[in-house]
Amino acid sequence: MITVEKLTKTFTLHILGEKKIEACRDVSFRVPPGGFLGLAGPSGAGKSTVLKCMYRTYLAGSGAIRYQSAAYGMVDLATLPDQAVIDIRHREMGYVSQFLKVIPRVSALDVVMEPILSRNGVTRDVARKRAVSLLERLRIPAHLLDAYPATFSGGEQQRVNIARAVSWKPRLLLLDEPTASLDQDSVGIVLDILKELRQEGTTMIGIFHDATLLQSVTDSVYHID
Amino acid sequence: MQPLIRIRGLTKRFGSGCDRCLDATGPEHDTNLCPHCGSVLACNDLSFDLFPGEALGVVGESGSGKSTLVRLLHFEWEASAGSMEVHRSASGAHQVAEMFPEDGDYSKNLLALSHFQKRQMRNALMGIVYQNPHLGLRMGVSSGGNIAERLLGAGWRNIAKMRGRASELLQKTEIPVERMDEPPANFSGGMQQRVQIAKALSNNPLILFLDEVTTGLDLSVQARVLDLIRNLRSEFNLSMLVVSHDLGVINLLCQRTMVMKAGHIVEDGLTDQILQDPQHRYTQLLVASQL
Repeated sequence: MITVEKLTKTFTLHILGEKKIEACRDVSFRVPPGGFLGLAGPSGAGKSTVLKCMYRTYLAGSGAIRYQSAAYGMVDLATLPDQAVIDIRHREMGYVSQFLKVIPRVSALDVVMEPILSRNGVTRDVARKRAVSLLERLRIPAHLLDAYPATFSGGEQQRVNIARAVSWKPRLLLLDEPTASLDQDSVGIVLDILKELRQEGTTMIGIFHDATLLQSVTDSVYHID
Repeated sequence: MQPLIRIRGLTKRFGSGCDRCLDATGPEHDTNLCPHCGSVLACNDLSFDLFPGEALGVVGESGSGKSTLVRLLHFEWEASAGSMEVHRSASGAHQVAEMFPEDGDYSKNLLALSHFQKRQMRNALMGIVYQNPHLGLRMGVSSGGNIAERLLGAGWRNIAKMRGRASELLQKTEIPVERMDEPPANFSGGMQQRVQIAKALSNNPLILFLDEVTTGLDLSVQARVLDLIRNLRSEFNLSMLVVSHDLGVINLLCQRTMVMKAGHIVEDGLTDQILQDPQHRYTQLLVASQL
């Protein structure tokens, strides 16, 4: 499904006298369709960098990110034209960051409904039902559904974030510490949701800080150091 | 997916120009003024595509050529060189297909059309919202009249229908319909901007140019105008060229962004990549300067 070959990313900071910072070097791994790969390593090792290169938020320095796309066939996400990356993000590839980044002045319910409506081709009613049940399951209180997530607690924001990312059932999901700011019970709920998503065929690559968690949800682990 | 419009080699020079203009200006010289002949190269060899339904951002400092770019594409100024072609079979572009009955996916160079044809193209395809509402509106004419004027240009003739269309658009842009007979001069800055948006959308354009539309508005009004643009974009399936020096505005509206400096495009990419992994020295400075 996705093969990363010798991915290297170096930042060149022109405004700091051409200072170079190597974020990751020669990262190579392979994830089969429906697989769940965990990325492990000390903080600063470049785990997030790898995910961001895959999502194209960072431009890969060298190496290849070969992805078997449903719409485009085999592509290299490191060099694919922007327009095709936008399209693949829209149809196939999801990304959950450590922090909620949403459009201001949009309610929690709309934040979760939007990707379902724009990507799954269902009616407003169906999208609404799916979003409400997902948010309910993630224990977002019903009276907060029409409030703006910017005003929520850190844990609530993160749960809305996860709901938005999984709501439209992407084909490939990149997870950057999705459970970092959650309590034990919420972590359990999120893991159950990820398991279900996998059963429906989603391939995942994730970073989890907790080593036992990492072992329990993923089926292989790649160490970066 | 094929681009809606293709821009190639777009150049605007003010002054006589000389052989050394191209080598002596640009980001590496930090100027668009040619030291040899005194010409200004406001836009220098710009090439890019705008895709259907896309919002493309243009950022850069004052004087980088952002507004010149818009004025060239909107046929307000004449380009010194370059081409602009529109896809002939884009949805809603039947006028384009009628005007250019020849074969091929793209029209001929729109920048080389006669003044009359350019006006036809503009009325059929484009809408524009300026930073300064005085440029886009007649301040002494009623708001409804402003919209009707544009509809007349696009071939409408029935007064009742034009009035109906004007009130529909003013409603969409949250202007109380009972005030449609008042001139925009009576309105606040945010309202004037919304009347301008209504006017720009009246001919169902394929391409909307937004030139610093929220600059100078206070924050809450800015937010309303941006929300309005976001909603209208999905409703009308517009392609937009969004010019702004505000990275927040670009981040909110645009999936792709081009960075301009001294008349050149120095970098383009996905907006989140431009903001989080800027490549060019100037973009890094711009992103690091953000509050």
